[in-house]
Amino acid sequence: MEEAVNIVILALMAVTVIGIVFIRNLMAVVMLSGIYSLLAASVFVVLDAVDVAFTEAAVGAGISTVLFIGTLALTTRIEKKPAHKPYLPFIVVAITGAALIYGSFDMARFGDAEAVTNKHVAPYYLENTKKHTGIPNVVTAVLASYRGYDTLGEVVVIFTAGIGVILLLGSWRRGLTPPAPHKRDEA
Amino acid sequence: MKDYLVLRVITKLLVPFILLFGLYVQFHGDFGPGGGFQAGVIFAAGFVLYAMVFGVASAQRILPEGILRAGIAGGVLIYASVGLLGLILGENYLNYSPLSHVSKEGQHLGIFLIELGVGTTVASVMMTVFFTFATWREE
Amino acid sequence: MADFEGLYNYWIVIVLAMAGLYIVIARGNLIKKLVGLNIFQASVFVLYISFSKVSGGTAPILEKGIDVYSNPLPHVLILTAIVVGVATTALGLALVVRIRKEYGTIEEDDIHSQDESM
Repeated sequence: MEEAVNIVILALMAVTVIGIVFIRNLMAVVMLSGIYSLLAASVFVVLDAVDVAFTEAAVGAGISTVLFIGTLALTTRIEKKPAHKPYLPFIVVAITGAALIYGSFDMARFGDAEAVTNKHVAPYYLENTKKHTGIPNVVTAVLASYRGYDTLGEVVVIFTAGIGVILLLGSWRRGLTPPAPHKRDEA
Repeated sequence: MKDYLVLRVITKLLVPFILLFGLYVQFHGDFGPGGGFQAGVIFAAGFVLYAMVFGVASAQRILPEGILRAGIAGGVLIYASVGLLGLILGENYLNYSPLSHVSKEGQHLGIFLIELGVGTTVASVMMTVFFTFATWREE
Repeated sequence: MADFEGLYNYWIVIVLAMAGLYIVIARGNLIKKLVGLNIFQASVFVLYISFSKVSGGTAPILEKGIDVYSNPLPHVLILTAIVVGVATTALGLALVVRIRKEYGTIEEDDIHSQDESM
């Protein structure tokens, strides 16, 4: 059952992506990419990654789509017809894809408990999380405690991206002066 | 947006629950799925929804730019200083065991504080980015 | 040739990633390029989460009476990568908005020809 759901949702993702490649209305493209994210989140639930699914649903289908729509409002909604015939990109992509599929034959089979990736440090975390931190969610424990340095770095990246957006578009020269008084919106 | 009655009523009903859910995800992240990253985004999504329906200006009355910018830096500061606290108390950087006399409780407290810092930064950055996009005008 | 069973996820991931790559290199519209990058990124997420799945396992939230859990480490990596991804996407979109202000267009060809004629 799980496998069947997995197969169907992944196939739907592929169909969505084909739609995104061919559609030139950017609004539709952005909505499809939101759907794509939501489908990815569903795949994550099927594959036991509930924390990740949570994040992907909130970020990919929510915030990210809103930001894209905001950008569309500030720029343009229709993509221009491509000027060149896309033969060269297609060849590049086909060769890369073929190489990757060739490489996939050496990968551990899906769901293999004996795979190297599942035998290295993961059992240590699963065994010791309760003893060391006393919290049941292993993902949170690894994120905040065992690999706290990583997460600190990620938070600093988000911080930097936020500062970057403020510098590019924000009213940073205005600084922290209170915004001009405005009349109450029609709420 | 004063014509969309359904949108406005439903938004008013939904926003408190979205924010409450964000807080639940933040503080229950140790026991169930959740944590600072998700909670920050969900919390921000609540305000983004409000700002989209009622206008950015009314959302910014609750959360002015200054507070959000303090939040962006404050979250990172909370995270880094919890790490430093471990260092001062005689352990490695970002080791939370000495925060309490029982190592396990110290870890739990440390994780709680770290997630709080992550949530603050993520929520502030997401809201700031949205507000910046929404208020930007070509001069 | 080995058996193909258990490679389905990886192949779909490859198809998704290649579609994203194609959009990025073949299309000139900057917003479409960013959508392509997002597609590529999400396909990598699916790849990592596929690694972590253990047959018969459950979500890595410890519970009495359950012995088999999926691998939590890729979950952690991808969890943070998603949020960092949206933060960098926002930065990219901010750049697009600025480019549109300077050039009046977000099509790569038009921007290039404007640069040439200067």
